[in-house]
Parts: sequence; structure tokens; C-alpha cells
Amino acid sequence: MRVNYKSWLIGTTMLVMSATGAFAEVVFNRGNSADPESLDPHKTSTVYEANILRDLFSGLTVQDAKAEIIPGAAESWTMSPDGKTYTFKLRADGKWSDGSPVTADDFVFSWRRLVDPATAAEYAYMLSPVVNADAINKGEKKPEELGVKAIDPLTFEVTLNAPTPYFLEMLSHQSTYAVSKANVEKFGADFIKPGNLVSNGAYMLAEFVPNDHVKAVKNPNFYDAANVKIDVVNYIPTEDRSTAMKRFEAGELDSNDDIPTEQLADLKAKFGDQVRIGPYLGTYYYVFKTPKDPWSNAKLRHAISMAIDRDYLAEKVWQNTMIPAYSFVPPGIGGYETKTTDYAETSQLDREDAAKKILAELGYGPDKPLKLEIRYNTSENHKNTAVAIQEQLKPLGIEVTLLNTDTKTHYAHLENHGDFDVARAGWIADYKDPENFLALCKSGTGNNYGEYSNREYDDLLAAAAASADPAERMKKLSEAEAIGVARDLCVMPLLYYGFHTVVSDKLKGWEDNVMDVHPTRFLSKE
Amino acid sequence: MLRYVLRRLLTAIPTLFVIVTISFFLMRVAPGGPFNQEKGLNPVIKANLERVYHLDEPLWKQYFLYLGSLLRGDFGPSYNLPDFTVGELFRIGLPVSIQIGASALTLALILGSALGIVAALNQNKGADYAVIATATAGSTIPTFVIAPLFQLLFALTLKWLPVGGWGDGALVNKIGPIVTLALPQIAIVARLMRGSMIESLRSHHIRTARALGLSDYSVVIRHALRGALLPIISYAGPAAAALLTGSIIVETIFQIPGVGRYFVDAALNRDYTLVMGTVVVIAIFTIVFNLIVDLLYAIVDPRVRYD
Repeated sequence: MRVNYKSWLIGTTMLVMSATGAFAEVVFNRGNSADPESLDPHKTSTVYEANILRDLFSGLTVQDAKAEIIPGAAESWTMSPDGKTYTFKLRADGKWSDGSPVTADDFVFSWRRLVDPATAAEYAYMLSPVVNADAINKGEKKPEELGVKAIDPLTFEVTLNAPTPYFLEMLSHQSTYAVSKANVEKFGADFIKPGNLVSNGAYMLAEFVPNDHVKAVKNPNFYDAANVKIDVVNYIPTEDRSTAMKRFEAGELDSNDDIPTEQLADLKAKFGDQVRIGPYLGTYYYVFKTPKDPWSNAKLRHAISMAIDRDYLAEKVWQNTMIPAYSFVPPGIGGYETKTTDYAETSQLDREDAAKKILAELGYGPDKPLKLEIRYNTSENHKNTAVAIQEQLKPLGIEVTLLNTDTKTHYAHLENHGDFDVARAGWIADYKDPENFLALCKSGTGNNYGEYSNREYDDLLAAAAASADPAERMKKLSEAEAIGVARDLCVMPLLYYGFHTVVSDKLKGWEDNVMDVHPTRFLSKE
Repeated sequence: MLRYVLRRLLTAIPTLFVIVTISFFLMRVAPGGPFNQEKGLNPVIKANLERVYHLDEPLWKQYFLYLGSLLRGDFGPSYNLPDFTVGELFRIGLPVSIQIGASALTLALILGSALGIVAALNQNKGADYAVIATATAGSTIPTFVIAPLFQLLFALTLKWLPVGGWGDGALVNKIGPIVTLALPQIAIVARLMRGSMIESLRSHHIRTARALGLSDYSVVIRHALRGALLPIISYAGPAAAALLTGSIIVETIFQIPGVGRYFVDAALNRDYTLVMGTVVVIAIFTIVFNLIVDLLYAIVDPRVRYD
């Protein structure tokens, strides 16, 4: 009998190594503020879903540890001279987790699926720049008419309505990921279940127990698997942030994407540099119902805005986890000049004087007090913010009442253009581009809760969209913000969001960035 | 007896039907729908979603569609967790809630009764006061205070137990939720038992038993306890229905995957099908446990007959 000594030796060595822990798998317990609503990339919309899908899938482009765009499923691309056609070259070694190749056909299938009204994708609008996407989503055209083509198995061509400088940025968003056509056709709606789902990212789905965990394990077929250092990621929903902090302290979690901000001082004392705080690409704002008197007067809107002490809100209400905001587009987008209101640099006392003057000019005073109702959705911090603003406006003789409803009621009211004076809202960027914010003040847009409508503003946005020169486009967008936001307050910016996370010292490679994006494939754990 | 049970189960059907109908329409009175959210959807996309879930149909039609699928045992898809049907969510979560709830209830009944008996036998003495004081504290300190304190003490300071998580159902992960859920119940059962035991000990048949020279053990356990159990049984029925269907506070703080949170989350998210599923499950549990209570009465109290 011939004994294969070599394999026996390897086997024994492995046994010894695993017994001594040299082979122990690296597990990353990742606190994620909530469970994913869905793991189907075309049905997701939230930040906590994005955190998981970013690990499971690879878009044509992906974000690196600093949230910069790098090649993903596509190893390279070219853009036509008119900026309207992109040709993506997919990786020859790009594979699904079952070993089958990732093809241009998968992308054609997936993008048609995203805009198909039958999919009812919340983020179907991410493909709006693509020819016919909006018409298909409205049911006016067939999904087959979408401006995408598989030239050959590894060449994917996209035709856009107009040059779209942020298009490559959008391709790292989970809604534009491809799902395996063969897989979806085989399992139907169940393709998303653990055991069925195949993905093309650094990890593959192993388990999903709602309210407990989503487990993903390293995908050996991933094109860069050699550089993936963490073997298992458990995404643990941490709705109760206080418990999350205790679990972090006990070592049950290696990171969490949120902290109870009211405990910030304690947490900093306890965890030191493991608490990470920094600017995040989002804005917390109030919106006036602009067609309604007296709020139709931009001067009056500014008077209110000037009387609000944003430094106090950021410091006392939000414990410095937010930053005072005077523009809608937060700073941090390369090539864009943010336009702030002209009192951004004035002292709070001077602002209050100016506000008083305007109110007196408009005839408001002790005999004719200005009445204002603030509508906000349920949250301790939203309440505290509204109460602080109520107190800040009181000395100016403004009688503020507060109206709190639960989140669904709140947004249903705003979307249905119900009556209100001022309402609370927030916006977190889907991709790093000012247009993502400024579109919210465009006439007739669903999210334009204040129903602001200004021809000049709309024209500037349209001119920006049609512009082939990126610098020129940014200039037009900047001009639009100067008019719509800084001059007219189509929204009243209060605070820029900040990310606030805890990250264990054991995790290496975690880079703070304005998108708060941290793909697990770039991390390692000691 | 069997006929009685069958009759009760049959009358449960119209009861459930009324509950389902009222809940269905009440839910729709609340403003907003499952697809209103911070990042507002554009009208086309929202219309697509509503079409897929039949929310664009007239309300009466939606009602009959729902009733139809319910009769086939299909609770429908969850609007906010579209990867799962409501049935699947309960299949995963209900066993967790039942394990925690049943253990907490058993603990409460045994420990609470024992404490109550001890207090009753030592009425107006030290042991009695100690039980009363503990019970009052136990039922007044809310769970959302006890649970974090429990975590601080046993997980972070003593490091005996994990802070939270289900850990695939490991015993150490269950201790915290069970104890926290049981504490207020122990307090309630102890007070009930003390009261009814004192009353039972004063009754004529106990006096007779004592006069006949029966041992203390025999008097208390055989005779007095039987009478004293009735209020406990009537309390335990609804309590079981409530405990076995989960507790949002315990589940959220200990981060365990039960169904208790669905009751609140689903309503806030306007996840209509999940709310309805929760209502139906709780209604069934309540009906069944009330029936069990009535049957237990017949066993414990010879005066009760269902023939």
C-alpha cells in the first residue's frame, strides 16, 4: 500500500495549527444600527443595508477605504468624447460566489430589473441618467429599451441622456449592483435566501436571522480574495445604542456605526480614540411652506433663520456630533464651492439684531406677534432641537408651537403637501455630488416639501445637467445654491450631520471619511 | 368536557374574525403608509410599490384579499422586511419568545408562589415584611431599568454572562432576558399568593383540618394551597399569553430575536400585514390560555363543572 506521505503531513500540520489557534478564523462582529430590510440590492435603500451589500457585492466601481472610487467588477472603462457613452470592460477573472463568470449580460439583466416597475425599486431613480430609464419606470416603455448593451460577455455599454459627471460615483451605490441572472431565474423571489444567494463581492451570505445577525463568510471566488484578511463578518443589529456600547465594552462587538450621543462625554472618557466623530455628507434642515403667507416672504424666512443659534444646537443639543450649517450642500465635495447665507460669519448677537429689524419692518411686534408651528417626527433629539429653537425665537416675540407626529405620519403629511408652517427634514447624500442635494428644491420634485418654485433656479440646474465641462457644471450648481438656498432659503439648513462611531483598536485599516463607508475587505483584525 | 372545549374553540372563530376586521380598518385610519419615509419616494416609484402590494386597490377589496389569504394560512409578505413573509418571521421569532416567556412564567409561578406562602404563614412578621417590600420594589421598578442594571452587574462587572445577543440559543444568553422578564411577575404572583393564602388559611375547612390534627404540611400544601391557587390561575392565563408573545423591552435591550418588538415596530412602520399577523397570534394565544384557565378551574375547584 502506498501512503501519500505528503498529504498526510499537510493534514497533520493543519490539524495541529488549527488546534493551536494558528488557523483560527478572524471574525468581525460589526454593529449595524438596524437589520437590513432586504438583501436584494434592487430593493434596498438604507445606509445599514448598504454596509452589508458593499461587502457581499461589487459594483462596476467600488469605494475604497477612503470612499474614493476605484475599479470594481469593471477593471477599466472609457467615455465617449460627448460624455454620453460609457464602455466598461469587466474583469476576466470576475466570478460569482458559485464560480460562474460575472458577465455583461448579468448587468443588462440587473439594470433592467432595477427600473422595471414590477420590481418597485425605491432607488430606481439612480439610473435616471440612463436613456429611457425614467420612461420605463413610469411604465411608458419596456425594460428592454433601457440604454444598456452587452457588446460581448465582458463588455458592457451604457448610453446616457446627458453627460453625468457623478455617474461613476453612482455605480458604487448598491442599487446599481448586478445580481446573477441565472440565480434569479432559478430561485425567483427566494434567490435572496442564505444558501441560494450568489454574490460577486469579497463575502458571501451564510445566515440571516432577523433581529439577531447576518453572517457573511469570505468568498474564495472574489477577484481580490488574496487580500481579504477577515474571514467572517457578523452584522449585528444594534437598535438599542446603550446595549451596543456595553457589548462593545465587553468585546462582543468590534465596532458600531452609532453611539448614544447624550453619553458622549462618558464614552470618550471610557473608550478614548476608539470613539470616532467627523463630518458626514448630510444636512439636517427645516423647511418653510413657501407658497403660504407669511412664509412666502424670503426676508421673513431669513429673519427666523438668523434668530436660530446653530452653535447652541450643535453643542448643547447634539453634543458636537453635528456641525452648524449655513448651506444645503455640506463641505467636502471636491471641485464644488458651497454657498452659505450671508450671515454665516456674523456673530449671533448681530444676527438677532438684524432679525429684530426685519420683524419690525414687517410690522410684527407685541401687538401683532408672529405665530409659527414647527412640525417634527418622533425622536428625542428632534424634540430637543425644536424646543431649543422655540426658546431662541421667544425673545423676538415669535410664538412657536410644536407639533410632533410619528415618522410615517410626518412624511406622509409632507409628501401629500399638507398644511404646515415649518417642518423638520434631513438628507444624507446617496453619492458625492451637490446635485443630489440641490434637486430637492427643483420645482415639482416629490421631496420638495416647501414647494419652492423658481424658474432661475430650475434653469441653472438644467444648464448644469447639460454642461459637458465638469468645472462649468459645478459653477452652475454653485450659482443655483446661491439663489435657491442662500438667497431664498428653499430649505433652512441647521446642521450638517456628523458620523459618530466606535471602532475597536484591534481593527486596522478603518479610515474616517465623509461617506462613512468602510468596506470590510480593507480591514484587518489583530 | 371535550364538548365544552370544542364549543369554546368554535366560538373562537367569530371572535377572531371580529378582531381581524376591527384591527384591519383601525390600522388604516392611522395617517401615512408603509412607504412614507425620511427619504421621500418620487410618486412614480411609490405608485409602483403600492401596485405590487395591492395598496392601490379600494380598501374593501384589500380587506377581502387579506381575509382570503388568511384563510389559506398565508399572513402575506412583510412590507418593511420584503425578504420574509410574516409567517416566516413568526416561525423564526416565536420559538425564541416562547422559550424566554415560558421559562420566565415557570420561574415566576414557582418562586412567586413559594414566597407568597412563606409570607402568608409568617403574616406580620419579619419574613412577611421582607417579601412584601421586595415584591413592591419588584413590581414598581420598570424592566427598562432592571435590564441595563443586570447587564452592568453580571456582564460588565462580574463578567459571568454576555451583555446581549442570542448566541444561537446558548443558556448563558437566555439567563438575562428570563430573569428580567420574570422579576416583576414573581412580585405579582407572590403578592397574589400571599393574599389568597391568608384568606384560605382562615376558611372553615382549614380550621376543621387543623382541628382534626393534620400536620402543618398537609394543611398548607394539600388543603389551603388548592383554594389559594384560583387567583393565581386566573392571573397566569393572560400573563402567559402576554409573556409567550414576547416583550419589546427585554428583546430590544438584550438584543434577542423574538417577536415582541414586531407589535410596536410594525405599527410604527405601518407594516400592515405584520401588524395583522401580530394581532392574530396574540389573539389566538389569549383565547387558548383563557380556555386553559377555565379547564384548570374545573380541576382545582370541584365546584366547577363543564358537563
